[in-house]
Amino acid sequence: MPYKILKREELNPQVIRMEIDAPLVAKKAQAGQFIILRVDDVGERIPLTVADTDPGRGSVTIIFQTVGKTTLKLGAKSEGDTIADFVGPLGRATETEGLKKVAVIGGGVGCAIAYPVAKKLSSIGCTVHSIVGFRNKDLVILEKEFREVSDRYVLTSDDGSVGEKGLVTDALKRLIEEGEAYDEVIAIGPLIMMKFVARLTKEYGIKTVVSMNPIMIDGTGMCGGCRLSVGGETKFACVDGPDFDGHQVDFDEAMARNAAYRDFETRERDEYCRLYGK
Amino acid sequence: MPNMQKEKHPMPTRSPEERRKTFGEVALGYDEETAVSEAERCLNCRNPLCMQGCPVMIRIPEFIRKVAERDYEGAYEVISASSSLPAVCGRVCPQETQCEKTCVRGLKGESVAIGRLERFVADRHNALSRGKGDRAPHVSNGHKVAIVGSGPSGLACAGDLNRLGYDVTIFEALHVAGGVLVYGIPEFRLPKEIVKRETDNLTENGVRIETNVVVGKTLTIDELMEEEGFEAVFVGSGAGLPRFMSIPGENLKGVYSANEYLTRVNLMKAYLPGSDTPIRHAKRVAVVGGGNVAMDAARSALRMGAEEVSIVYRRGEEELPARREEVEHAKEEGIVFRLLTNPKEILGDEKGEVKSISCVEMTLGEPDSSGRRRPVEKENSLFSIDVDTVIMAIGTSPNPLIKSTTKGLETQKWGGIVADEDGRTSRPGVFAGGDAVTGAATVILAMGAGKKAAAAIDAYIKEKHAG
Repeated sequence: MPYKILKREELNPQVIRMEIDAPLVAKKAQAGQFIILRVDDVGERIPLTVADTDPGRGSVTIIFQTVGKTTLKLGAKSEGDTIADFVGPLGRATETEGLKKVAVIGGGVGCAIAYPVAKKLSSIGCTVHSIVGFRNKDLVILEKEFREVSDRYVLTSDDGSVGEKGLVTDALKRLIEEGEAYDEVIAIGPLIMMKFVARLTKEYGIKTVVSMNPIMIDGTGMCGGCRLSVGGETKFACVDGPDFDGHQVDFDEAMARNAAYRDFETRERDEYCRLYGK
Repeated sequence: MPNMQKEKHPMPTRSPEERRKTFGEVALGYDEETAVSEAERCLNCRNPLCMQGCPVMIRIPEFIRKVAERDYEGAYEVISASSSLPAVCGRVCPQETQCEKTCVRGLKGESVAIGRLERFVADRHNALSRGKGDRAPHVSNGHKVAIVGSGPSGLACAGDLNRLGYDVTIFEALHVAGGVLVYGIPEFRLPKEIVKRETDNLTENGVRIETNVVVGKTLTIDELMEEEGFEAVFVGSGAGLPRFMSIPGENLKGVYSANEYLTRVNLMKAYLPGSDTPIRHAKRVAVVGGGNVAMDAARSALRMGAEEVSIVYRRGEEELPARREEVEHAKEEGIVFRLLTNPKEILGDEKGEVKSISCVEMTLGEPDSSGRRRPVEKENSLFSIDVDTVIMAIGTSPNPLIKSTTKGLETQKWGGIVADEDGRTSRPGVFAGGDAVTGAATVILAMGAGKKAAAAIDAYIKEKHAG
């Protein structure tokens, strides 16, 4: 049964938001969980974190960056088109119970995943400080949404073209130094960003949760492709995660594993771009 | 007069040279004359021991007799009265340890080729009846039953319940139906067209198959029973999480579980040029393990273009759990068997890519609790094999999804669902069977469990409404 694209919107030249008709998933999905989709019958299965849901409308929102063949194919779809498969919600929801004050860190398109977590925290009365970082001003997404659910919102950019010049870790360090006491830091973004956030918070002894996004196939614990080392133990991101203790994750191994098919991915993307003149 | 030829008719197969380059089916099947002549080898024993060896008690001499009489549809009817998946079981059942093991002809020569005849009958039926549907239109008895998983146990359970008039819905987590028959067993052993034919048969007969539904996540068993109106649920969710050895280097790039490797090749069709799913085009591969899954992974790697593929197994040839036929096929194709060899560590290069696997030699000591001789490490026997890919095929442990989301469902310490012989679990109305209960086993045992559970579900629902 194909799944209809109810809405499509470009958040920046590379990042697209789509609302997909998937009532069963919409009814269940919680912040931090993900779905797996396949664009068409020869498509690969890719995991994407749930960005929002509307159980009344029966829809699930996903936000993705068009970086490889599959996301380019998905991005080329219009409102009213369908995709072949959409399954979820998978993984465990982000744990928010009892949290009183949290710094939510989002890096680049990772903000799409950080936003529902910030929203959830805000809804349970937690104080939310959102620190989001982008390479430059053209790539900023979800600013309005974040502001609505955050008690403090700090925007950073690598080149200083918008917000504070610098990295999210600089801003986080400043806030901590200013005396903000967080129960927890939740960081979602590129592996390298999460690695450095975790390194910083370890110095301050602040519990840190990161959301891992490894290569997956089934997403239900069957293939083991998404395994990573956490505190010296092998865990499966799809059933044990995707959230893990940032101080325990072996980020270097995760970065190596995520690059396992880089050559294939580059070749496929280039070929797709050549064929479709993108 | 029966045909007293001592050997069974050999199965025509593709040549090993051709096999190395194609995912096309290895065994080509009997033609009509060969099948009839083989069927004439059956003595039609008054006390047919073969039937006792069959987990679903197919009336074997009866169907074979029909083949000898050239009444192939009659033969199909006999088989399908007991088996839901004849074309599948004719290919992947371990007949040599079941029906054919107890065949009287095996005492002085070879047993009757029961499996090959089953396949002949099923293929012939399927070729002639394509698209016609098997049965009279489904007449609903108004009771709904849910099946979790569309593998062999689920398909068998669904087929029987549908025949009894139940409205059956199968929920499948993946995007296509078939379970291990589509993601695990490779095309060259079980063409996917055959699996599709079996699942199409069910849907033509009124069974609903909902793909992309993960029971335990998208819907829970409690919701199915309390909100969706299903009076009973059969859990056939399969074996689940792949095991690793917990040796250093298992998370290097180039180490796969057999589940992942086979899923990329089979389910995601990574062997076809148009597929978007990537896979390593390995040159030198070590597959760790000695079961059918290990053979499937090794032979798939060879077909994906590997130059050398080794099976690394810690016991000896005698102890290989794989079917003899699979081992023979693998050897013919040039798979290297490194027996009495156990991996200690997987080594990588500076980019985190696998470059070798270091192993020790083993000897066999006294039998252990499994009755097999226990492998013992030889001192100072460490050596290494240059490989770029390692595939771990050492088994699976049950998936925790259903256990953790179903109230009152008892499980074993190792995670398998507790169920009695007829599939009844600790939770009224919930039945289970196949690998989810037994741990990794065979297609036919799972199918048998699905059929028993179907009978138990029928009795359960009838009893509920009689009161």
